[in-house]
Amino acid sequence: MGTLLILVGVFQSWSVALTIFNLCLVSAIMALGVNIQWGYAGLFNVGVMGFAALGGLASVLISMPRVDEAWKAGGFGILAGFLIIVTTVMTCLIIWPKIKKNKRWRYWIIFILVILGYSGLRIFFDPGVRAIEDVNPSVTGYLGGLGLPILVAWPVGGILAAGVAFVIGKVALGLRSDYLAIATLGISEIIIIIIKNEEWLTRGVKNVNGLPRPVPYEVDLQQAAWFQDWALFLDLPLDDASSLLVKVCYALLFIVVIAVLLWLSETALRSPWGRMMRAIRDNEVAAGAMGKNVTWQHLRVFVIGSAVIGMAGAMLTTLDGQFTPVGYQPLRFTFLIWVMVIIGGSGNNWGAILGGFFIWFFWIEAEPIGLWIIAHLTSSMEPASPIRAHLLEGAAHMRLMTVGIILLVTLRYAPEGLIPEKKRK
Amino acid sequence: MTDLLNAIVLLSNFLIIPGLTYGSQLALGALGVTLVYGVLRFSNFGHGETMSFGAMVTILTTWGLQSIGVSIHPLPTALIAIPVGIIVTIFFTLLIDQTVYKYHRTRKANPVTFLIVSIGVMFFMGGLIRFIIGPGDQIFFDGTRFILKAKEFKELTGLDEGLSLKMTQGVTIITAIIIVAGLFWFLNHTRTGKSMRAYSDNENLALLSGINPRKVVLVTWILVATLATIAGTLYGLDKSFKPFVYMQLLLPIFASAIVGGVGNPVGAIVGGYVIAFSELIMTFAYKKVVLYLAPEGTTVDSLIQLLGTNYKIAVSFIILVIVLIIRPTGIFQGKTL
Repeated sequence: MGTLLILVGVFQSWSVALTIFNLCLVSAIMALGVNIQWGYAGLFNVGVMGFAALGGLASVLISMPRVDEAWKAGGFGILAGFLIIVTTVMTCLIIWPKIKKNKRWRYWIIFILVILGYSGLRIFFDPGVRAIEDVNPSVTGYLGGLGLPILVAWPVGGILAAGVAFVIGKVALGLRSDYLAIATLGISEIIIIIIKNEEWLTRGVKNVNGLPRPVPYEVDLQQAAWFQDWALFLDLPLDDASSLLVKVCYALLFIVVIAVLLWLSETALRSPWGRMMRAIRDNEVAAGAMGKNVTWQHLRVFVIGSAVIGMAGAMLTTLDGQFTPVGYQPLRFTFLIWVMVIIGGSGNNWGAILGGFFIWFFWIEAEPIGLWIIAHLTSSMEPASPIRAHLLEGAAHMRLMTVGIILLVTLRYAPEGLIPEKKRK
Repeated sequence: MTDLLNAIVLLSNFLIIPGLTYGSQLALGALGVTLVYGVLRFSNFGHGETMSFGAMVTILTTWGLQSIGVSIHPLPTALIAIPVGIIVTIFFTLLIDQTVYKYHRTRKANPVTFLIVSIGVMFFMGGLIRFIIGPGDQIFFDGTRFILKAKEFKELTGLDEGLSLKMTQGVTIITAIIIVAGLFWFLNHTRTGKSMRAYSDNENLALLSGINPRKVVLVTWILVATLATIAGTLYGLDKSFKPFVYMQLLLPIFASAIVGGVGNPVGAIVGGYVIAFSELIMTFAYKKVVLYLAPEGTTVDSLIQLLGTNYKIAVSFIILVIVLIIRPTGIFQGKTL
């Protein structure tokens, strides 16, 4: 894997190689999260995209400066609306055990409560939202964040995703595996639609740009005397050297995170808890008969896995320096991560990380490789031939096909993945 | 009285006709998902791309026909191109079945493995479609745009509100009725259809009675490819063809199949309309309807909209999640054809 990256460094550029490396690291962490859910416990969660987006949202809410004017304009409406939601949900939860026995009316009572809550919400919420979105819409138009360092957002992203995962798990984990898949897929879409449309919170499709960085800025580096000496010593142009150093800093941060996570998950896998999870995965009924609380353990592992994904989502947004809700596509954020886990070897943490590196590498490099192959194959044709032009244009879509074929071949000939799960006694 | 009529026309124009059209498209798609689920016993994530593939072949054929000047003027040319699309898609799905699914079927893999395999197929087909026709928007509709124009309707009836019926809407609804009737006749009255239902109901019993499983699987894929091509083409005619959209359509289709009761064809159709109408009802702005119905002189400030139009897709997912939690077997208890 390292050799492949070095090849990219030599043939394309070191900057590209480092960019790919950083994204490989983030993908590997997401794959680790999915592996915790699927490999340890056999939970089929296809809502990866939603949790990653929640992590991204956390980095906006933590790191961006607060917009005081917006808070003054609409803060009351938002808070009142929020209070109404909480009250409605609490009332429903309190009243449910009491009306549960009344088979005919129970859903109607809940329905009416929800309608009442929703109307109340709209009355306070709508003016607040309008007021906030009117505050300087081209620059802010949202509430802003807390203005804390963005590194704080990484664990917070994890916690946010974990909280949402807890609620989702509570309602959806009782479902059969393929229903769970469809339900999580649907929920992740709902999360994205909310993030896209609630502009007062996230600026929606207007994106949030210029998130603060945990590492130095290129411009500052270029002016620092020590850095100029260093670049001279390495014989690199100043701007190249600065962008390289920034990427290396990110890579180091990510490596620290991934090392800690890997150590934690390996320890967990070896512990009695890991043994119990595998027992539940391999035979739920037997594990239940041995007195293990299957539902509770499923919920726990679902929350932990989602927290890891949320953290990776926050890291990704930090790396990008911007939050773009439109960018969250299930193909890229859910299914691709799944391919990584399956190909790497489900149940094996090292496998998930290798899969993350391998698949991300091909996802990025399939395009130049495909272009190169097609250019060579068609070199005997007329340069102006329309077929050749079409093929060259289509090469950009080779990545979908490549990943699909890799997945199908793996499932058929090596269903255990590149690094199969170790059989522990 | 005129006010009431105006309100009804307004609702038909913006709610009922679009709901019937979209519902028919969803129902045809959901039937395909349900057939795969009932016979092959897995949730086929590749179905959206199968629809897209069928629509793509139809579009390419349509362009070919247009370039040699074939046309059935008031109707869109795509209608005579559909059979070609169906045949190519059938061959393609059978090819995929033989090369990919067959191996896992003989090994009796569990449904989750099948699901992951279908994700692989989804990736592959998605790439292939984008490779052949490109990721952009393709418009292949020709023929007359409207069966009934809003202006003509107004002149005809003297009402303030116009009712228009687009050609694509009419074609979609009528085709859907014909296809669904044909499918039910096939399932209930032919030997092959009956053996399919028996196989779906109880696999072991069906095998004991001498039903050939290979034939059942073959027929299922043929039906699925046919339904998918028709649904994909109708959707493409009505909106426009874009490879990316079919991926998004997958979830409403799953929602329709599950809401009705997955594995149950009647459920798939009902589910399609339930999803389509709830999406529209929840996001429709009722302001004008209320103005017509309310006593003279009433003023309404807001649009009277339950949810913003942006949340249209979210409605189907919310219904899906609620149904999965309250009644996972769907409106009609699912599982058999």
